[in-house]
Amino acid sequence: MSTKNEAVKALQKRKKEVLEQWMKNQLQDEGLRNNLISDEDQQQTSDELLNLLIDALNDSSIEDAHSRDFEKVLDVLSGISISRAKQGFSPRETGVYIFGLKEALLTTLQKDIKDPAQLYSESLKLSKLLDNFAISSFETFIKGREEVILRQTDEITEISTPVIHVWDGVLAMPIIGTLDSARTQIVMENLLQEIVETGSSIAILDISGVPAVDSLVAQHLIKTVSATRLMGAECIISGIRPEIAQTVVHLGIDLSTIITKATLASALKTAFSMLQLEVTKKSKSNLLQQSNR
Amino acid sequence: MIVVLNKDELRIIKEQDVVPYRNRVKEHAVKIGMGLVNQTKLITAASELVRNMLKYGGGGIAIIETVSKGRENGIRLIFSDKGPGIKDISLAMKDGYTTGRSLGLGLPGTKRLVSEFNLESEEGKGTTVTVIKWKNG
Ligand SMILES: Nc1ncnc2c1ncn2[C@@H]1O[C@H](COP(=O)(O)OP(=O)(O)O)[C@@H](O)[C@H]1O
Ligand SMILES: [Mg+2]
Repeated sequence: MSTKNEAVKALQKRKKEVLEQWMKNQLQDEGLRNNLISDEDQQQTSDELLNLLIDALNDSSIEDAHSRDFEKVLDVLSGISISRAKQGFSPRETGVYIFGLKEALLTTLQKDIKDPAQLYSESLKLSKLLDNFAISSFETFIKGREEVILRQTDEITEISTPVIHVWDGVLAMPIIGTLDSARTQIVMENLLQEIVETGSSIAILDISGVPAVDSLVAQHLIKTVSATRLMGAECIISGIRPEIAQTVVHLGIDLSTIITKATLASALKTAFSMLQLEVTKKSKSNLLQQSNR
Repeated sequence: MIVVLNKDELRIIKEQDVVPYRNRVKEHAVKIGMGLVNQTKLITAASELVRNMLKYGGGGIAIIETVSKGRENGIRLIFSDKGPGIKDISLAMKDGYTTGRSLGLGLPGTKRLVSEFNLESEEGKGTTVTVIKWKNG
């Protein structure tokens, strides 16, 4: 079965010219970050992509961007988009890459198809095809970026739950941001491990930095307190702002079994009294001692 | 009569959509000058309903509206999903009732936190929850 479509024939014949033109188009766009990818790598991937595209083009596929013939092309394209997203390319650069190919294909077509009507209709088909590739590569580009964001979120979650040893036997853990299920797991693990390692008997969870306490967050807090108690330590929750206290009551959450304090300072005071420690002002106690004498 | 002054629509399909959505609700509340306590109640209600929509409804659309009725301004939130729906609404509205091993306070608690609460659900079709918090309500 031989190819009838003039455009397909022309492109098969002039593959090398298309590649050269494409590379030239890319270099022309100013502000491209050539240093992120070497010219050789670029050339090689582009060559591979173009080969796949021209192999996939035939009389019927040129009319149908969703043809299964383009599966491999789309695979390679999405691989390129994802790796570019992760390397920090801008969407513009990825766009220029694909639209540069479109331009090269259309320019090359002009050399072989002289009839304007035919040139127009074939150009339109190719345009549609390439626009579709561009859209799908933008979609994957964004997916690649989202993966980066998700990874960063994980990293932040891990570093944002420090356990602070505030006194012999007293740990404090400020929680900042939302306490979702994944985060609670890490908070709990870090806290319990630190309790064991330091032999602490009191843990203070400070939630001043938690924007809202809904029933899910409350459930996580209750769970954390129970786990702490199972370890033989007591857990105090501090940093409950007045508006949060009111909201929690209206929601119907029962925190009566938990020691709650408005501020970290008052939680620390409670911890001291539980440990039967007393903090007194030096001068005052001196005065007292003198007067006792 | 309730007049809509401003409308915002967000698609909620994953856990990561919750925080940006809540922040958006807060922006709307701040813009009409809602006080801190009512703001917190509204955001907490929003959080409950958006989590329900994700957990039980498989995600859906969350609409945030600035509305006015007479001289009162407020925020209206609409959550609609095409999930399995709720078979027994009065049961779901009971404190402590849950099919998800959580506290079972989301729906009844939300009703106590807002000024107006409406739940419509049809089995197999989906659920729509609408709440209004008036600025001074
Ligand atoms: N959007 C929804 N679609 C289907 N079922 C729902 C939806 N929202 C709530 N429910 C049902 O109502 C019950 C009570 O919800 P809620 O009061 O928020 O408590 P919880 O979320 O802790 O279960 C849920 O366990 C669930 O069975
Ligand atoms: Mg709920």
